[in-house]
Amino acid sequence: MGMTLTEKILARHAGKSRVEAGENIWVDVDVLMTHDVCGPGTIGIFKEHFGKNARVWNREKVVIIPDHYIFTADEKAHRNVDILREFVKEQNLPYYYDVGGEKYKGVCHIALPEEGHTRPGEILFGTDSHTCTAGAFGEFATGIGNTDAGFILGTGKLWVKVPATMRFVFEGKLPPYLMAKDLILWIIGDIGVDGAVYRAMEFAGEGVESLNIEERMTLCNMVIEAGGKNGVIEPDDVTIRFVKSKTSKPFEVVKNDSDAHYHSERVYKTSALEPVVAKPHSPDNRALVREVEGTPLTRAYIGSCTGGKITDFLAAAKILKGRTVKIDTFIVPATTEVDHKLDQEKVGGQTLREIFVKAGAKIGDASCAACLGGPKDTFGRLNSTEVCISSTNRNFPGRMGSKEAQVYLASPYTVAASAVEGKITDPRKFL
Amino acid sequence: MKKIIRGKCYVVGDNIDTDQIIPAQYLTYNPAILEERKMFGRFAMNGLPDKSRGLPLGNIPFVKEGSEKSEYTILIAGKNFGCGSSREHASICLQESGIEGCIAEFYSRIFFRNSVNGGYLIPFETEVRLIDKVKTGDELEINLERHEMKDLTTGKVFPLKPIGEVLPIIEAGDVFKYAKEQGMMPS
Repeated sequence: MGMTLTEKILARHAGKSRVEAGENIWVDVDVLMTHDVCGPGTIGIFKEHFGKNARVWNREKVVIIPDHYIFTADEKAHRNVDILREFVKEQNLPYYYDVGGEKYKGVCHIALPEEGHTRPGEILFGTDSHTCTAGAFGEFATGIGNTDAGFILGTGKLWVKVPATMRFVFEGKLPPYLMAKDLILWIIGDIGVDGAVYRAMEFAGEGVESLNIEERMTLCNMVIEAGGKNGVIEPDDVTIRFVKSKTSKPFEVVKNDSDAHYHSERVYKTSALEPVVAKPHSPDNRALVREVEGTPLTRAYIGSCTGGKITDFLAAAKILKGRTVKIDTFIVPATTEVDHKLDQEKVGGQTLREIFVKAGAKIGDASCAACLGGPKDTFGRLNSTEVCISSTNRNFPGRMGSKEAQVYLASPYTVAASAVEGKITDPRKFL
Repeated sequence: MKKIIRGKCYVVGDNIDTDQIIPAQYLTYNPAILEERKMFGRFAMNGLPDKSRGLPLGNIPFVKEGSEKSEYTILIAGKNFGCGSSREHASICLQESGIEGCIAEFYSRIFFRNSVNGGYLIPFETEVRLIDKVKTGDELEINLERHEMKDLTTGKVFPLKPIGEVLPIIEAGDVFKYAKEQGMMPS
């Protein structure tokens, strides 16, 4: 019997000819990523167990991207970035994207591919649950804690349990009113926030093949919201072209064996799907937009690793062009590169930035910002009883700040349409 | 490794995510600094909405205002405990607050790994829906060798799943001690 793409990548990195789901193996790590929230703890654990003067196992394989608590007056947040800076200097690490300079990037999961750190066939671990985003590049990528990251810094290895793969097939190209966010919210609504615990989620079919690389990232990004270990999409020309445009490092494309064994398969006809939201307070609390249409809102938010890429802002701009928002609307580009593109990309002759400013939206600096609440002075944070519609990833109580607030998750189309009306609105009205 | 864990329990529901266990605003404290690490005990379970704080009644604080330790030793949870973010601060805050063992139907993968590999607390699993059977404040006793939990308040005994494949790491103390035993790291 053959192996899935996930099993093949894990087997190769364990020096084995084959592995099976459920097996525990030690794998060699290609890239370890950390950021300002988990980096200081990781560095502390590394030094505690490998010694004050220890060196990281391979300086070319460590990537450090401060992105969480950047634009805040919180002194400890700045201190944490200083800890990263000092470690980078001490270890002479080449891939560090410092705050306050030209190298600053913003959200790690979007910065990684922009800087060429995501490559097919590799293993990427990161101290952030949305590290699974990089499965869009045909690699094994998953989130870990400080201890595992500290262990990798010293050894370059980690034990993993090989996950069984759940396969999700989307038949037919996407109708113009749907985005990848609708597809993944649809799946999570079906299988629940624990529906993929300890499993890989693979996305396939014409609906997925027809998505650009950023939309594929959105799909893989939210597998963690179903408890998935990793999300993955078999690499094709779209993937390879993107990766080669970002890095000259060699990589090996890994594909599924034709007789691979899957845990399960679900098939969706994209023409039968509609725009959806996840209602408060769980990403699996799915409703059709038209079922909750008219629900009053006080805020709209477009940003984060899930919904703050240029594709997301192009979608929002299509709806916001020539219109004004009725509620506080926050726009947060994931990275400085996305921020820069707001001035380059145009819809109907106007730049995205012009469209957003004219619509009355507030535009923040590239970072994770209010997706996870953060310090009290974070841009866009929900500090009270706001009812927010958001292109982000999670809406458990208190996720975006106050636990009194309510968050509806939706596609950038739906968020923009709802911002214009001040209540939940089906984007088909404007498309 | 302790074979018996005894103490009062605190009961929470299904899908308690790490933002409820330790809200993101407290993540600026660095767990590698002893003074700051204590703060995680103070804010443990601080993100739970009032009705979810200590089932079945709710509105029961996990840690009393101003304290860094909880009066509870054992945490009882439903399904998918610790889902959401990968923050190890979630396992750390429970250990800092004084939790020694947790019993859930199952855990989110990253929380489970963090708890075991970091040696913070033992994540027991059970097929019994304990959150309907025990109450916050009940005195419990977990017997690791017999794979069972006894509710000393009611006298009822419940089976736990054997710890299974991660037992060697728990017995060693954490993943570093385990790796040293296995000769993967110099001791």
